[in-house]
Parts: sequence; structure tokens; C-alpha cells
Amino acid sequence: MASSISVQDLTKVYDLGEIQVRALRGVTVDIAAGEFVAVIGPSGSGKSTFMHILGCLDRPTQGRYLLDGHDVSTLSRNALADVRNKKIGFVFQGFNLLSRTTALDNVELPLLYNGNGMRGKERRRRAHDALNGVGLSDRAGHHPNQLSGGQQQRVAIARALINQPSILLADEPTGNLDSRTSVEVMGIFQKLNTERGITVLLITHEREIAEYGTRIITFRDGKIVSDKPNTVRRMAADEFAALPLDTDSDADSSVPAASTSVGALDLDLDLT
Amino acid sequence: MSFFMIFRVALRALGRNKMRTALTMLGMIIGVGAVIIVVAIGRGAEEQITASVQAGGTNLITISAGNWNRGGVSHGMGSSPRLKAVDVEAIRQQVPGAQYLTASVNTRDQVIAAGENWQTRIEGTDVELPLIRFWDVELGTFFTSTDVSSAAKVAVLGSVVRDNLFGEGSDPVGQTIRVRNQSFKIIGVMTAKGSGSFGQDQDDTLFAPYTTVQRKLRGRDGTNISRIMVSARSADEIAGTTAQIEEVLRAQHGLIQGEENDFMVRTQDEMMSMLTSTTGTMTTLIIGIAVVSLIVGGIGIMNIMLVSVTERTREIGLRMAVGAKGQDVLWQFLVEAGALSLVGGLIGVGMGFAVSQALERSPLAWPTSVPPEWVGIAVGFSGLIGLVFGFYPAWKGAQLDPIESLRFE
Ligand SMILES: Nc1ncnc2c1ncn2[C@@H]1O[C@H](COP(=O)(O)OP(=O)(O)O)[C@@H](O)[C@H]1O
Ligand SMILES: [Mg+2]
Repeated sequence: MASSISVQDLTKVYDLGEIQVRALRGVTVDIAAGEFVAVIGPSGSGKSTFMHILGCLDRPTQGRYLLDGHDVSTLSRNALADVRNKKIGFVFQGFNLLSRTTALDNVELPLLYNGNGMRGKERRRRAHDALNGVGLSDRAGHHPNQLSGGQQQRVAIARALINQPSILLADEPTGNLDSRTSVEVMGIFQKLNTERGITVLLITHEREIAEYGTRIITFRDGKIVSDKPNTVRRMAADEFAALPLDTDSDADSSVPAASTSVGALDLDLDLT
Repeated sequence: MSFFMIFRVALRALGRNKMRTALTMLGMIIGVGAVIIVVAIGRGAEEQITASVQAGGTNLITISAGNWNRGGVSHGMGSSPRLKAVDVEAIRQQVPGAQYLTASVNTRDQVIAAGENWQTRIEGTDVELPLIRFWDVELGTFFTSTDVSSAAKVAVLGSVVRDNLFGEGSDPVGQTIRVRNQSFKIIGVMTAKGSGSFGQDQDDTLFAPYTTVQRKLRGRDGTNISRIMVSARSADEIAGTTAQIEEVLRAQHGLIQGEENDFMVRTQDEMMSMLTSTTGTMTTLIIGIAVVSLIVGGIGIMNIMLVSVTERTREIGLRMAVGAKGQDVLWQFLVEAGALSLVGGLIGVGMGFAVSQALERSPLAWPTSVPPEWVGIAVGFSGLIGLVFGFYPAWKGAQLDPIESLRFE
């Protein structure tokens, strides 16, 4: 159920009246189904723009984008919304959870738009399963402001996975997290990638985070300047096991299993 | 997204900002409340008029002398058109639809009895009056046709006249009263009936044979009749009977074709519509004002929804990122606006109802009646206002670009 991505000569120009910002200047790349690609580059190099186009949130000014062999660069707004809903899961740096809405309702959100008229009970069951998959089943009724950063990001991941996407796009997902929770989130990504074959595109400006991927693409000034397999891959599961038991008061430690082993993040996300 | 889901999401969004929701609803509450109160008062007044007109007798046709529509009562060479006893007889003979009929001659005078005196309406009438007006005698009897033909000086008192001259609840049958220095024998007292169609107290009346009133109390125009009252056999026969009466009277009065009637025939329906037309005008006027206030309420909703869409730009962006289409966002805000005004409308109906009830029980004692169809109209209209005024903000939300919205601070 993984997806392949193929872009050719992708260009994105933001027309701001007097000036034109050329965010992407001809990006060509192929990403095979099941890859874990880290995109790295300095701020302003066009990483987010690239991700938005791959995520069908935005359309390129020029160039072609084939998702699973279909050209999506010319689809209508509604058709793009469908692609986002069914094939793509997003994780943002700022979590983007709806405040004053419970974790469960946040996770359920994409199910409201999948157009198959799923019953409320079934939706909630799935949302519970997804929360359970990220070790937060006991936080279902909590609002985002009652959760730690790591927990919020895990809610966001559960939301991204609820419609069983084939691609997971994460824009600086660890940007607002401490190193320990970053490892935890990377562990979830690696697990999703290896166990469920989800194609992962991880955007970061930190080299250490990029090293969790199987392939590292480097952006500069809207262009790819290097594209190499990662030879020194970090494995979050091993690192997590090696970490000392959490001593600070991060609320994450209250997730029982997570504090002892990344096994808590067992992705029993067989949502079929 | 299912409609039920959209509705739940909308209600939840409204619940988050209770103060703002309440203030926005206030416009609708006041508008709808005003409509309900005004309609309730108008309808209440109308029902009261109807009830009191009907209390005067059902299927009633009234013929009066002269024709206002002809521009003045007088015509010809100074001789006013009049109704006479022969006209009553002609109707009785020639109009089969006329079940009961009576001539009527009215005057006002001082009535004196045992040291008390009382100014009252004196109605000269005929024996069928109790049948026409569904009005029974409480004590004694009504007068007979012999009394009428002999112009006997007998009187039947309305209960108010009796109460004022002889004391409340007393039985004055057999005693005499004096009117214009002539004594009348009291032969009966009518049951109490309450206020009539024009607000006057029907019980403040003295009944006597019309012949007696013509000859003994109204010397000037001794043979004239002020009105003829006819009750048709059934409501269905009112129109036919009215036409026949007109025909008979035109023949009686020797009117040629093309000449206008020198009398007026009015049915109860016409009386009623005459009486209710003013309340109708008032109602239309105030409903106009209420509609304006509802529109102002709608503009308030539009304003708040525009603010809401702007405030929730990031939420819209996120919903779009996870698959919401423009139409999903459109519906979300449209239903929110609709729910806002609909709930406001429902509260307004409740409030209008409560105020109407309060008015009825207050010292004002205004009769009110809330017609169910107006509750439906008010609620439907308020929902509609939400949809109409909520459309532009919702449409704006639906046009937003997901990325721009997610970046919105
Ligand atoms: N919506 C936009 N309007 C105008 N300029 C934009 C917009 N989005 C991004 N840019 C510009 O495009 C360039 C690339 O931005 P971005 O893709 O966000 O880079 P990165 O994620 O690598 O930091 C930057 O110069 C940024 O200012
Ligand atoms: Mg960025």
C-alpha cells in the first residue's frame, strides 16, 4: 500500500507583486514506495514548499508530479482534497491540533471527510485504536493544552495515520520537541516505515534527525544539491532502549510502557 | 460529512464561545419574540371580536335604512329612505331563507323606578329577538306578538338595568318603571350576557315591543324602523338570503334598475372584517418592523461569522489538509450560522409566548393567542436568515487556500 513519487522539474514561484520568490527552481527526484527519505537544508531553501506540493496542499508553478503514476499537478481542488484525505498523512512542526477539541476528536477528524459515511461508533473505535497505537489511549479525552509536546505530536501522528495513508509527510516534526521525545517520534516513523511499508518523507534542518532516514536529500536555494543513501542510519528503537529512565518531569513518562521501551509504541495499527 | 456530523460540529463550535453566541442570538431573539408578541396580540383581539360578534347571533343579516355608499342618507327631494313594518312583512313572506326576523327601533332614555334612575339603551324589538340572539329570559317572559300589535307598555330588562334600578340579583317582575312619564310593566329579565361587539355592555339594555317604542317614545318618526335583523337558516344560506332580501326590498322601495339601494344589507362576516381590518393594518405594520429587526439580527450574524471565519483560518487550513473540501467548510459555517439564528428564533418564540401569557395575566388583561402557523413561520424565517446571511462568510471560508490558512497567524 506504499506509494511512489516522481517529480520532474518542479518549480514554484510566489508572486508577491513587486518581487517574485522562486521557492523551487527545478526539482527532479524519484522516491520509491517504502523509502524513508529525509530532506535537509537551511531555512528558506524550499523544503516546506516541496513537501506541500508532494502533499497536494499546493500546486507547482511548473513541472510534473506523478503520484503512483498519476499526474496530480493538474487536479482540481476537490480532487486534491481527496488525495490528501486518502493517501497522505501530515505531521507538522506545530502539531496543528484543534484546541478545545479532545485528542480523540482530533484523531477522528480525517474520517469525517473520507466520504464513506462511516458510523460515529466505528469512527470512534478507529480513533481509539489509532491513539492506542501511539500509546495515548488513556489521554483520549484530554485537550491539547493538557498534553505535553511529545504527546501532542503523537496525537497528530495518530491523526495522520487514521485513514491508512501510503505516504507520511512530516515537516520538522521534532522542531518543538526535546531530544528524548524526538527519538520517540522517530521510533514511531521508523516502525511505520519498516512494519507497514509507509513511504516517509521527513523534513528537518538537523543532520542528526535526518540520519533516521534511509536516504538524505539536501536542498539549497530551491534546488537539490545532494541526494545520497544514508550510510550511518540511526535506529530509534536501539537508542531508546539505551536511554536512561526518564528523570525529568516530562508528562510522557506517565505513559507506562513508553518510559521503559519503545515497544510501547507497538504499532498495532492494523486498521483494516 | 453527514449532516448530523456537520450539525454537531456547528453546535460544539457555538458552545465554545457562549457569550458571543448569546449576544449574536439576541438580535434574532428580539426580532422573533416581537413578531410572536405582535401576532399574538393581534390574533387575540381578532378572536375576541369574532366571539363577541358571534355572541350577537349567528348567521345574522342586518338591514339598515339609508346607504352610506350613496354619499349621505338623504336622497330625492328631502325624503329620507326609511324602513317600515311592511318591509319586515315582505321579507317574512317572500324570503324563505330568513328563519327569524325582527324590526328594531332604538333610543336612549332615562328609566326611573322606585327612586332610582338609570340612563340606558332602549331597544324596541319583536318576539323573535331571543331566538336570533340566542338569548334567554332569566325571570318572567319575553313579550308576545299581541303585545307588539297592541303596542303594550311592557318591558324586559337587561340584567345591568335590573341591578341598577332594583338591586343586584333581585326579581322586579310585576313592578313598574317610568320612561318619559309613562309607566311600563316589567314582565321579564334577560340572562346576563357580557360585552357586545362594540364594547358596550349588552346587558345595559331595556327591551320593549318596537311598536311601543315607535309610538310612545319616538314621536318624531312614528312609523320608521332603524334596523331589521334576520337570521338565515344556515351559514350556507347567508349569501342567497342576502340577495333575496335585497331583491325584495328594492321592489318594496320601487327602485328602478341601475338605481342604488337606499338601504344596506350587511352580514356578520362583513361586520367582522370591518372590525378586524384595523387590527390587520396594525399587525402588518408591526410585522414590517419585526422583519427589519430580523434583518438587522441577520447582519449581526454575518458580522460574527466573518470574524469567526477569520479567527479560525488555521482550523480551516487544517481541516482542508486532512481532506475537507471547500463545500465541507461551506456547510460547516453555513450550518453554524443557521443553527445560531434558528436557536435564537426558538428562544424568541419561547420568549414571545411567555410575554404574551404575561400580558394576558397582567392588569391589562389583553387577550392573546399564538397561532401555530406563525410559530412555524417565525422559526422557519429565522433559520432562513441564518442561511442567507451566513452564506457569504461561509463561502469566504470555503475559498481559503489550505497552505495560506495553515501559515495564518
Ligand atoms: N506563501 C508564500 N508566499 C511567499 N513566499 C513564500 C511562501 N511560502 C514560502 N515562501 C518563500 O519561499 C521560500 C522557501 O520557503 P520554505 O519552503 O518555507 O523553506 P523551508 O521550509 O526550507 O524553510 C522562502 O524564501 C519563503 O520565504
Ligand atoms: Mg519549512
